[in-house]
Amino acid sequence: MNKQAGREPVLSVANLSVEIPTRQGTLTPVDKLSFDIEQGRILGVVGESGAGKSMTGNAVIGLLDPPAHIAGGEIRLKGRRIDNLAREALRKVRGKEIGMVFQDPLTSLNPLLPIGEQLTETILEHLPVGKTEAQNRAVAALEEVGIPAAAQRINSYPHEFSGGMRQRVVIALALCAEPSLVIADEPTTALDVSVQAQIIALLKRLCRERGTAIMLITHDMGVIAETADEVAVMYAGRLAEIGPVRDVLTAPIHPYTQGLMASTPLAAKGKKRLSQIPGAMPRLTDLPDGCAFNPRCPIAKDKCRRPPAPNLDSGGGNAACWYASGARS
Amino acid sequence: MLAFAIRRAFQSFIVLLVVGLVAFSMFNFVGDPIDNMLGQERTGADIERLRVQLGLDQPFPVQYYRFLEGAVQGNFGISYRQGRPVSEVISERLPATLELAFVSAVLAVIFGVALGVFTAIRRNGWAANTIMTLSLIGVSLPTFLIGILLIYLFAVELGWLPSFGRGDVVDLGWWRTGLLTQSGLKALILPAITLGLYQMTLIMRLVRSEMLEVLRQDYIRFARARGLRDKSVYFRHALKNTLVPVITVTGMQLGAIIAFAIITETVFQWPGVGLLFINAIRFVDIPVMAAYLMLISVMFVSINLIVDLLYFAIDPRLRLDRRGGEK
Amino acid sequence: MANALGETFSRAWKSDFMWSFRRTPVAIISFIVALTLILGAVLAPMIAPHNPFDPATLNLMNGFSVPMEPNQFTGETFWLGTDDQGRDVFSTILFGMRVSLFVGFAAVAFAMTLGVTLGLIAGYVGGWIGALIMRIADVQLTFPGILVAMLIFGIAKGFTPIDQRDEMAIWVLIIAIGLSEWVQFARVVRGATMVEKNKEYVQAARLNGRSSAGIMLRHILPNVLGPVLVIATISLALAIIAEATLSFLGVGAPPTQPSLGTLIRIGQGFLFSGEWWIILFPSITLLALALSVNLLGDWLRDVLNPRLR
Repeated sequence: MNKQAGREPVLSVANLSVEIPTRQGTLTPVDKLSFDIEQGRILGVVGESGAGKSMTGNAVIGLLDPPAHIAGGEIRLKGRRIDNLAREALRKVRGKEIGMVFQDPLTSLNPLLPIGEQLTETILEHLPVGKTEAQNRAVAALEEVGIPAAAQRINSYPHEFSGGMRQRVVIALALCAEPSLVIADEPTTALDVSVQAQIIALLKRLCRERGTAIMLITHDMGVIAETADEVAVMYAGRLAEIGPVRDVLTAPIHPYTQGLMASTPLAAKGKKRLSQIPGAMPRLTDLPDGCAFNPRCPIAKDKCRRPPAPNLDSGGGNAACWYASGARS
Repeated sequence: MLAFAIRRAFQSFIVLLVVGLVAFSMFNFVGDPIDNMLGQERTGADIERLRVQLGLDQPFPVQYYRFLEGAVQGNFGISYRQGRPVSEVISERLPATLELAFVSAVLAVIFGVALGVFTAIRRNGWAANTIMTLSLIGVSLPTFLIGILLIYLFAVELGWLPSFGRGDVVDLGWWRTGLLTQSGLKALILPAITLGLYQMTLIMRLVRSEMLEVLRQDYIRFARARGLRDKSVYFRHALKNTLVPVITVTGMQLGAIIAFAIITETVFQWPGVGLLFINAIRFVDIPVMAAYLMLISVMFVSINLIVDLLYFAIDPRLRLDRRGGEK
Repeated sequence: MANALGETFSRAWKSDFMWSFRRTPVAIISFIVALTLILGAVLAPMIAPHNPFDPATLNLMNGFSVPMEPNQFTGETFWLGTDDQGRDVFSTILFGMRVSLFVGFAAVAFAMTLGVTLGLIAGYVGGWIGALIMRIADVQLTFPGILVAMLIFGIAKGFTPIDQRDEMAIWVLIIAIGLSEWVQFARVVRGATMVEKNKEYVQAARLNGRSSAGIMLRHILPNVLGPVLVIATISLALAIIAEATLSFLGVGAPPTQPSLGTLIRIGQGFLFSGEWWIILFPSITLLALALSVNLLGDWLRDVLNPRLR
């Protein structure tokens, strides 16, 4: 992807694979994934559920649930390898260097602790400050995410906030130790439509101000269009297409992305009816040979049904397809 | 919250009335109280006089009311077997049972919670697996066999600890304690372990399964994603969230401890109310049985009430909206 | 006919249920242990070397024989030794298991009949009758089963004429333990009934003019059999332990019909004098019985109803 010379990406993922050993054999929910995110930029990761988006996010922050594990590749944060760190070293990276925002604000806050305590414990863990200072920073963090009367509400419990307000608290928690990367896993999916735009705008503003890079995991093309700078499309654990958001949305080159765009109201403006991709994404237990998309692909040929599977190089660097149409340069 | 507490107190009161009715019926319908009190030599006049004296000529509700009146004042009549007031017999034996139950409960809670957390955190470690397997056997092992096994090991084979009785006791007013003498403490060890072991196993298994459930929750993932230390994740975030169900069951187990004390007291000839109760059953000493039933019901019901109120201390959601936490 | 039977058998063998059974060594071992013990109890009169309750076969000289060693006076050898009366411990265990298992099975059958009936009524009829049944269940659940059993035993004993107390003891035990265990059955059956009641096939049966009792028996009962079987197995383990406990405490089986609990009670007297076999073997038998039934119950629960607590 378009790398600006001389600037090191905040997050650099190269050939990342995640494997889950099961009785039916080893599954590969994330297969040789590569992407970079630069400072202050937002990478949108899209795909259907089960495509490996969340698994990628969890791998980056080192929170894969055993038996899932990183089986290959590298993850570098500001040039430092973090995929092979020891437990304790990795813990210090979490929260401090990488913040995470989960999907459901109703369940991501501990119901039995006041939000202020959850903030101060995070600040005290990562920043060299005393209790009083941590308190002040907690209030400041809440003010920043737009919680009214933050100083009074610091002792409130999560259940005393609405869903949107809770997600603001979650964002405050993710950002309170000033990480250089935030992974937001479907941050608006569980929210009311009316609140979604506010949360996205908030996330975007805070990261612009601080120069924080964001990995935004979502299945919502609309959110990607409004927010992301680059977009990575995942299919069955593999990268299907990656590129600047405008290019991918307006001129997709992978048949899967094309199908996805044609089925999205946003991109299909003006057309009478939305089209849809026939079939469903294969399960990890029975991936087809060759390109994982071949059973549903309108242009699939023999080559697509035979190994090896295409990678980004096969499609000119931006799409994992042997027959990518109109490769962008 | 106050409304909830009052409602719960009212429900407890109803339960006690029902149990009182059972106890009262035992008095009046199991065997003939007149038969029980008068010997073989009796006249019609004697019977009539006693009927009036006992209030047996009164209508049923009046009799029941009088029974409750007596019960509240601790008056349960005379033990058929010992010929002494039941209240006296029970109150001199109660301290022994309460001390035993208290020490067992403390042991059960401390070790149960600690082992439960341990086996949940080290889910697949060999130590945790061993503990879980042992606990399965522990659940199937009848209490009295555990007691016999301990007696055999520590009293017969090793000769370290006494196999029966309470050791030396010290009078503190009406409370006779075994906790202040060395022999009293030594005598307490085996019965306390016997009594606490089963409850400990239950608490441990419950804490473990609740912990595993809580550790799957998003807020635990989020706590980890924020880079909190394991200690904080496990104890500050996870353990506290397991407490509501754990306290419910622990509360019920405390009640059960007092009941199971019957078995332990028999194995170790511990001079408490449990042993008294078993002998009452053996000799059909109805007043003692009825009094024991009332006593233990009051304890159970109070424990349940306290447990309900503890929820409010733990879960802030309940303070606002009671229904929120009942899911 | 034989073919059809064989087919039924092979289909059963290939079912999920049997598949899981063959895959679970714990279940297989438990089943074998439980089956052996039950067979031993059933066939006791045939396989027991002595009849411990026939005074004619007893020889006091055989008292306190050490297991596997010839008796010092008579030269007779007893596998598991003898007690103070010269009774063969192996035989008393076999006959003791008969009492333990009889009380256990009968108590569970009683609890199951009562619990399922009351649960069906509470779930299907509902109303104040249902509420009353469930309130009684709630109050009873507040107290540990063993205490309820003791209490009922005490009360029932009070109703029994003094000269018949020993003869009636076994039946009193069955009633006491049965009454202390009906609640679980009632709760599960009621829950399942409330769910099934509103399903279309029950509504259809009702529209067809079937009687309530008929609907309950034909349509609802079969659907709750799985969980009931699980609870029955676990209840059996509980009942065996409850019976042993009561008998050990001296408020259960009478000395004329000793159960495993009674034998352990007797054996406890010889703990200090060194005749360890009199208490050890009945204890191991009780443990094997309770543990194997318990483990079978656990396995059944996992297979039939993973959601059941």
